Amino acid sequence: MQKKTLLATLLLLAPTLSLSQELKTADEYRAALQDKFANPGNLVVDRGEQLFKEKRGPKNTSLEKCDFGKGPGVLKGAFAELPRYFKDTDKVEDLESRIMTCMVKLQGFTPEEIKKKLFADQRANEQNTDLEAIAAYISVQSDGMKLNPPMKHPKEKEMRAVGEALFHTRMGPMDFSCATCHGQDGKRIRLQELGNYHNKADAQRTMKTWPTYRVSHGVVRNMQHRIWDCMWQMRLPDVDYASPATVALISYLTDQGRGAVLDIPGIKR
Amino acid sequence: MKTIKLATLTAALVATGLAHAADKAAPRPDPKIQALVAKYIEASFLPGEGQDLSRLKQDETLQACNLYRDNPPEKIAAEINAREKATIKYPADGKLMGDWKNGEKLFAAGFGMRIGRIEPDKPERQKGGNGGNCYACHGADPKEVAFGTIGPSLMHYGKLRGAGEDIVKYTYEKIYNPQAYSACSQMPRIGYHGILRPEQIADIVAYLVSPESPVNK
Repeated sequence: MQKKTLLATLLLLAPTLSLSQELKTADEYRAALQDKFANPGNLVVDRGEQLFKEKRGPKNTSLEKCDFGKGPGVLKGAFAELPRYFKDTDKVEDLESRIMTCMVKLQGFTPEEIKKKLFADQRANEQNTDLEAIAAYISVQSDGMKLNPPMKHPKEKEMRAVGEALFHTRMGPMDFSCATCHGQDGKRIRLQELGNYHNKADAQRTMKTWPTYRVSHGVVRNMQHRIWDCMWQMRLPDVDYASPATVALISYLTDQGRGAVLDIPGIKR
Repeated sequence: MKTIKLATLTAALVATGLAHAADKAAPRPDPKIQALVAKYIEASFLPGEGQDLSRLKQDETLQACNLYRDNPPEKIAAEINAREKATIKYPADGKLMGDWKNGEKLFAAGFGMRIGRIEPDKPERQKGGNGGNCYACHGADPKEVAFGTIGPSLMHYGKLRGAGEDIVKYTYEKIYNPQAYSACSQMPRIGYHGILRPEQIADIVAYLVSPESPVNK
């Protein structure tokens, strides 16, 4: 882990020294981004590990007893099987929702405290929030595994169905739904290529790379952020973190991407 | 002659609209799931300062488009066309062809109208009138390579169609409210939602239609 961190640090510094001279083409740049050990997201994963194991909150407890669906404290493969139904909350939860549940129940934080800062602000060069770092750490414990959300409990099926319908629901001053941009093959916004999430191959290509380190933001972003970002671009009000709408959309998209082998943290523009 | 041309144009437009709608699978959503969608939307967006929950309200047309997954039956489509056509307002001076040079700027400019507490636009830019962001979805000037492909290419728009009165009027109305012609079109109702003002839409019409515009070179 230390070696990874050192490499990542070096690679973080490298662009400021010689990016313009050495990485002449976009292809070379993309190729450089594929070096997994050089992914600066590893630094966030390491911080997430510390935060996960640290005694925190009013109850001075770590998150190590949190049950992500495979038993208390079992992290390996847990993210690959989320979102899922949890009996204790009687809700379908995605990774971020479940971390919040444990931060409240085990550590005694209030949802208001946790939600005070939803996302790192890239314009202010902010570091990832604690919750984002913890989510990055937990998700990486499923790296190399196949996305396999259970989809057995009636509430899991219902959540997916609502997500699918939401994906096609047009709203706001642009009359857009998710499907406006992500419902046809081979489309672009300006030069940005868009995935068609009716299409399994496209959904897999996207879903296997989240959470992802976004070079332009300098932080690891998760699906909660990606969906907020789309809604913001649709000119809607801020969608709440871990809200039913985001969990429903994530349930739909994860099921569409079922079978994809996770390659995380991803790295993107 | 003019009537025939207009009829052909209308028939062609209707055909395009139908072809567009028909290539999508359109399963009608389960009413129980639709009710949950409404409930989830109501529970999921943040209220308060900097937000605007009225943006979540679907008008009658969007409700129909959502119900039929943008593929409404003929009768509903005709109702949408009529209702949306009635919303169209024209510039005060009645001129539907404005200044193509200003149209060129408005066609490319796009930021604005973003709200919320996380990354809102400046208040004066939240209202609209900043630009159409048309290049996000359409090609136009052959020299502009950074164009999107969600909408059809508008390259040589006027060169192919001429600059007759009917084309100018159709172009203006199609931008102001695309659903006046094509029910549940994927394109935003630019004038209806105040993304651009009538005079600005007339400028974009000139950019598309005018023989002097780079779109037609």
